[in-house]
Amino acid sequence: MFGYYLDLALRSLKRNKVLTALMVLAIALGIGASMTTLTVLHVLSGDPLPGRSSKLYYPQIDPRDLSGQMSGKEPPEQLTLIDGLNLLHAKRADRQALMTGGSVPIQPDDTAIDPFYVRARYTTADFFPMFGVKFLYGRGWDATDDHAKAHDVVITRSLDQRLFGGADSVGRTLRMADTVFRIIGVIGDWHPEPHFYDLNTGSYGGAEQVFVPLQTALDLHLKHEGSSDCWGNGTGGVGRIYPAAQCVWLQFWVQLDTPARATAYKRFLVNYSEQQKAQGRFMKAPNVRLRNVMQWLAYQMVVPDDVRLQAGLAFGFLLVCLVNTVGLMLAKFMRRAGELGVRRALGASRRSLFLQLLVESGLIGLVGGIGGLLLALMGLWLIRHRPSDYAALARLDPAMLLITFALALGASLLAGLLPAWRACQVAPALQLKSN
Amino acid sequence: MPIRPILSSLRRHKVAVWLLVLEIALTCAIICNAIFMIGNRLHRMHMPSGVDEHALVQIKLAAIAPIPDIYAQAREDLAVLRGVPGAQAVALTNQIPFQTSSSNVSIRTSPSQAHTILSASSYFGEDLPQTMGMRVVAGRDLRPDEFVDAGIVVKDLATGETKGLPAVLLVTQALAQRLWPGQNPLGKLVYVTPTLGLRVVGVLAHLARANPYNDAVAQYSVIMPLFMGAGRDQSYIIRTRPQDRERVLKAAVAALKKANPERVVIEQRTFDQVRQKYFANDRAMAGILVGVIVALLIVTALGIVGLASFWVGQRRRSIGIRRAVGATRGDILRYFLTENFLLASIGIALGMVLAYGINLFLMTRYELPRLPAIYFPVGAIALWAIGQLAVLGPALRAAAVPPVVATRSV
Repeated sequence: MFGYYLDLALRSLKRNKVLTALMVLAIALGIGASMTTLTVLHVLSGDPLPGRSSKLYYPQIDPRDLSGQMSGKEPPEQLTLIDGLNLLHAKRADRQALMTGGSVPIQPDDTAIDPFYVRARYTTADFFPMFGVKFLYGRGWDATDDHAKAHDVVITRSLDQRLFGGADSVGRTLRMADTVFRIIGVIGDWHPEPHFYDLNTGSYGGAEQVFVPLQTALDLHLKHEGSSDCWGNGTGGVGRIYPAAQCVWLQFWVQLDTPARATAYKRFLVNYSEQQKAQGRFMKAPNVRLRNVMQWLAYQMVVPDDVRLQAGLAFGFLLVCLVNTVGLMLAKFMRRAGELGVRRALGASRRSLFLQLLVESGLIGLVGGIGGLLLALMGLWLIRHRPSDYAALARLDPAMLLITFALALGASLLAGLLPAWRACQVAPALQLKSN
Repeated sequence: MPIRPILSSLRRHKVAVWLLVLEIALTCAIICNAIFMIGNRLHRMHMPSGVDEHALVQIKLAAIAPIPDIYAQAREDLAVLRGVPGAQAVALTNQIPFQTSSSNVSIRTSPSQAHTILSASSYFGEDLPQTMGMRVVAGRDLRPDEFVDAGIVVKDLATGETKGLPAVLLVTQALAQRLWPGQNPLGKLVYVTPTLGLRVVGVLAHLARANPYNDAVAQYSVIMPLFMGAGRDQSYIIRTRPQDRERVLKAAVAALKKANPERVVIEQRTFDQVRQKYFANDRAMAGILVGVIVALLIVTALGIVGLASFWVGQRRRSIGIRRAVGATRGDILRYFLTENFLLASIGIALGMVLAYGINLFLMTRYELPRLPAIYFPVGAIALWAIGQLAVLGPALRAAAVPPVVATRSV
């Protein structure tokens, strides 16, 4: 029966090419626009570390004084150096890393390459195992190296490519900011998006190429990059001076393997705050937060408002296209009242008429879906050529491909329901008579 | 044109009529809001910077090896730049308007206030008003003897020393109005930390924040007499004739590299490029919104063409009868145009309510301002025009139906 309906549908669609083309075009435009924006939204609000992110937490404490500078009920978004080191050395989590962003000048041995700046991350040892960073060559450093302020460095594949032509560079030296470092590991181009662990250096596309032990970087006064917020007489630092003790400028991440561990850690943060208050460092009552990766991203509202607005706009557009298609299908089906009346009079049930018309609208949806997919690919290509920092991420993945078709088919079937139902209400005798 | 026959005829196609009305209403609601958002973006893109944009170039350098004395290096660089042919004035600043990353201070007007009032963008550097072409509308510019090296200020604040701290500052008109409404700001004190009060000695007409994220506070800026050292975050600004910009930029970069070759140029551009880059997303968004409006109008127009053609086809016989009993072609044409006008009007009326609702949602969700009433007639006229244009084709075809159709049995 389906084959017969398909045949009827094809014939009917061929009969009025302009109307068919209009319907296909409307669906394709609506689907194309919504898929483009939905894909961007999907990519930007994705999980940066799938499978791992639910165990990673970002502790926040409130070390501010009562002066009201840097106001707000939420604790600051970063830590002071003192608190960062205290929490790090307390070792109450399964893993913990204290870090901040930076930028360093690379001075290649090969004099044919001019010195250049790259983004850097100054962090403690657990960074690599905690975030599941895979090494191509070598390994990361350990807590002893942290402590010894070792001149060790981990670089990415792309920097290795640029400096050593992609060879295993472990054991070689790297000159940065007039200091000699030893390369101990090379990682793949690891760039979780959004750049969840430090949103101050940009939410997307903030990948670093060089990783230096935090204490070493501070010791050498390597350039700090990111934001620093201060209260009281604190200042954000200038030149080679780091931000004052009354400034927050470091990020601290912990891994807590079970919910019970997370609860216990939160209690630890409250205790720590109380203890600091007793010592006179903290002024406020304990004010702590412990968000995991996805909660942190939601709280920070990393997805740009423009992207949400575009998605809303595209769905509004899809709705108009659908209403349009419903109207056109209604016109098309009602015009065939005579033909349908004849089929009814010859014994076709309302059900089979209904199915026949739905097959026809499904066919329109399928063609519209293919058109929409092409338009979405074009739309994403256009977005990739825009100047935003997230532009490069706009790519279609297989899941979104499936959703495109489901959406197109579902939308056109939905659009076909009302007209098909209306057309089936035709009384066979009446239509025959008027003809 | 009698409207009643049109209404009674429409009543026989309720579903199709309502679909058309719904489509027009949705389109109207979306384009009213979209036009409004385009207006907002355009307005934002033309935000005044307070500086003489077409006359300025910016250079940023980063040292490879640590510089022993960043303040001496900065003074040397400035002297080198003054020697560049075509350079009318030069300055070193920690930030410029529209550069995204920014330095800000929280402000109180008295040390006893429990909370800071607001945060203002803080500019540091000698000769900024003169070099960048800012207009001082009251008081005076900062004097060279009032400037202090930034490193001294950082150290003094940390240790509680006070003798090296700066004592005066410049504020923008907008900031002065916000802090002391209706009063003369000259001589008033601004506290940037609980202990450091600076006296206002001059008022600037405009100076946008380095990152004017919100239009309402975009002009809250101050200039403090801090001299910055040479560093990656600082910018050298050169004022020149607009036609000399490219040449001066090239010469200046070469001169700076020659003065200290151990440096990488990380930014060299005209101020026009700075503005261009900062508002690139707004421009793109405005473009997308225009695209959506055009696409919506096209889709809606095609929908009207499709439905109207269908109606004309269905009513051939009755049109023929009307022609046979004396209706002119003009009457038939007018009939369809009036019918469309009626439908569009109902759709537009519904659309206005919907537009208002969408705006309310956007206001709470994205902190968008209220939709001004002026955007309603704009959307309405656009839809009426599109509707009349779209229905013209089918209506002309209807008018061309000969009276003889009435005598045929289809």
